[in-house]
Amino acid sequence: MERKTQIHAVDGKQEIRITREFDLPLTLLFKAYEEAALIEQWMGTTVIKLDNKRHGSYQFETTDPVGNKHPFSGTIHAFNPNHSIIRTFEMENSSFGPQLEFLEFEAIDEDRSRLSMHVLYRSVEVRDEILQLPFAQGINMAHNRLQKIFNR
Amino acid sequence: MNLRRDVFQAIADPTRRAILLLVASQSMTAGAIAANFDTARPTVSKHLQILTECELLEQEQNGREIVYHFNAKKMKAVADFIEPFRNLWEDRFNKLEAVMKKYKSSKK
Repeated sequence: MERKTQIHAVDGKQEIRITREFDLPLTLLFKAYEEAALIEQWMGTTVIKLDNKRHGSYQFETTDPVGNKHPFSGTIHAFNPNHSIIRTFEMENSSFGPQLEFLEFEAIDEDRSRLSMHVLYRSVEVRDEILQLPFAQGINMAHNRLQKIFNR
Repeated sequence: MNLRRDVFQAIADPTRRAILLLVASQSMTAGAIAANFDTARPTVSKHLQILTECELLEQEQNGREIVYHFNAKKMKAVADFIEPFRNLWEDRFNKLEAVMKKYKSSKK
């Protein structure tokens, strides 16, 4: 019973690795990161800006069930179709600061593909805080929880 | 975090995960565990040593043999810690997969 999504977080390091195998051809997996309309669907967010290229950037905004808006954004350092994306990611409402993300896309066979994310945080403490946030389900609930924590 | 430094490394290895699954179902001697793997006996011993050091397995001397028990409590501590975060990504990626399958069939 191998799990589809694996999180590799070595204790005492300021990085994590996330890997997932998809029942999708490589081109379709990459397209999910390429087209704004598709990103909006699977991330449940609003794409305000998406400039997928080197020196480009993105700006998304998620509205939680209570109606609070949660903007997140980043700059894009590399965008190589069907291969890799290097970008930063920052939740603007939080005190975590930006994180650096290396995304690698590869084909397993004609119908399946793999995404490997290598995420680096500013410090071990920030990484552990983010890992330990009681994320229950989905980005909306996570944002709710975050909001509560920050409003304390 | 009060988890041992190498717990995550311990469960990151596929052979060690297989050993954990095996011992979780039934306490076993090192020999019985090794018999389930093609891997050389010293390699299995090394895996058992790592799993014991990070307390995922517990040793019990039984005559001349050592019996390994699964430490469910420790495993739960690891799972509880990482599981909600993993679930978040699992949900997100499941959504991606569903959206793209729908997209694919709409293009046909």
